[in-house]
Amino acid sequence: MIEVKDAVKRFLDTNVLDHVNLTIEKGDKIALMGPNGAGKTTLVRAILGFYHLDSGEIRVKGYHPTKERVKVLKNISFIPQTPPPIKLSISELLEFVSKSSDVKQESIKEEAARMDLDVEKNLQKPFFKLSGGMKQKMLIAIALAKKSDILIFDEPTANLDPKAREKFYALLSELDSDVSTIFITHRLEEVEKLVNREIYMDLGKIVEDRRVGV
Amino acid sequence: MKNLGLIAKLDIKESIRSRWFFVYLLVFGALMALFFVTGITDSVVMGFTGLSRLLLVYMQVTIVILPIFILITTVKSISADRESAILEYMLSFPISLRDYYWGKMIGRFTITFFPVLLALVLGVVWGAFKGAEIPWNVLLIYSAFVFALCAVFLGIAFFISTIVKSHDVALGSSFVVWIVLLAFIDIALIGLMLQNRWSDEFIISIALLNPLEVFRVGAIALFDPELTVMGPVAYYLLDTFGKKMFLVYAILYPLFLGALFAYLGYYFFKKKDLL
Repeated sequence: MIEVKDAVKRFLDTNVLDHVNLTIEKGDKIALMGPNGAGKTTLVRAILGFYHLDSGEIRVKGYHPTKERVKVLKNISFIPQTPPPIKLSISELLEFVSKSSDVKQESIKEEAARMDLDVEKNLQKPFFKLSGGMKQKMLIAIALAKKSDILIFDEPTANLDPKAREKFYALLSELDSDVSTIFITHRLEEVEKLVNREIYMDLGKIVEDRRVGV
Repeated sequence: MKNLGLIAKLDIKESIRSRWFFVYLLVFGALMALFFVTGITDSVVMGFTGLSRLLLVYMQVTIVILPIFILITTVKSISADRESAILEYMLSFPISLRDYYWGKMIGRFTITFFPVLLALVLGVVWGAFKGAEIPWNVLLIYSAFVFALCAVFLGIAFFISTIVKSHDVALGSSFVVWIVLLAFIDIALIGLMLQNRWSDEFIISIALLNPLEVFRVGAIALFDPELTVMGPVAYYLLDTFGKKMFLVYAILYPLFLGALFAYLGYYFFKKKDLL
């Protein structure tokens, strides 16, 4: 599903990705870990097509992330670590998502309701004025409603209270077994029941990649 | 293509709610109101009367305010989104970079050009109400000048916005561009002529390359190319190229320059790292 071949990304004189090789199969649930600056976010951003590699190659379902970004991103849902201060209102954000990704707005509202977020009540509010937890729930609802083959979460529960975290993980456990997920996390204990693979990165390299029982 | 319209529409909606747009609208609206209150349309100064006088004053104000307004409000459209991680999230959806970039550009163009045009229309309506003769030709060409001026500074702003990663640097760069272009209208050019350090041809070339000077000379030429308010370089340009040719140049050159910078911005947006 995702193939990373000898990927190198340099910022100034530092190899932030240092000859990374990685294959993510259909249904892989991955915890991507490592200290700050290990290259986790850079790897994910390269998969999403935000960075041009200095050498090597990435393919997502056979597509090139920077040259065929639309085809690649049709298959991916992404949740950033911190919800960005989007100035669009919730209704505008829903319009953006539904038109750009062919997602029904109702589906997003349903997913949000499953996390106790009433979207209807907040439709006219600018996204950035929601509380941290509400914003994160909204992004999670959008990501799940998109029904992508690949889900990428960068510390998705950072803004959620314990109850919301439980709900979020319960929703994830309902995902189709064919869906691949990547969790960038510092807290393995939170996702260890959901993953079948643990990957550790350090200094731009994958230093450990092991399969674990779900 | 549907996403191009979507991005443009959302950018317009977002801008209309923002504080900068309110200030922008207020400035141009207030200026027009000030012109009426001070009776500019009724006064006769150096041969200019009625609506021509109003348009001349409006041009002088536009030349200073419009570029900096466009630069500082537009330069952040991509650089600030990049810095605040909005770009990272919005571009994680299947939107082509072409639709995103040009959609933003269309949205921002609409939002920057509309208040200026609105103020102009307001001036004409008021002038007509007061019984002044409406110089339609002048008005149409002048609107084309303002359109071209918006285009060139929008193009420059988008170019800066894509090549500069930090919002502060983008803002600083736009100030430098504005100051340099503003300095190189007649005042600075006269200084260079007087000091005689550079050849006259070189100074005239600088004038022809400066979209602000081109706008200024073109706009004044609309009213009367014989008048002395335009300065020596402007006078020389009109004398050399002729009024008609210069008016065409004053519309086409900024449009070309704006399109060139906008395309360069798009090129770097596509070829460089997005974050």
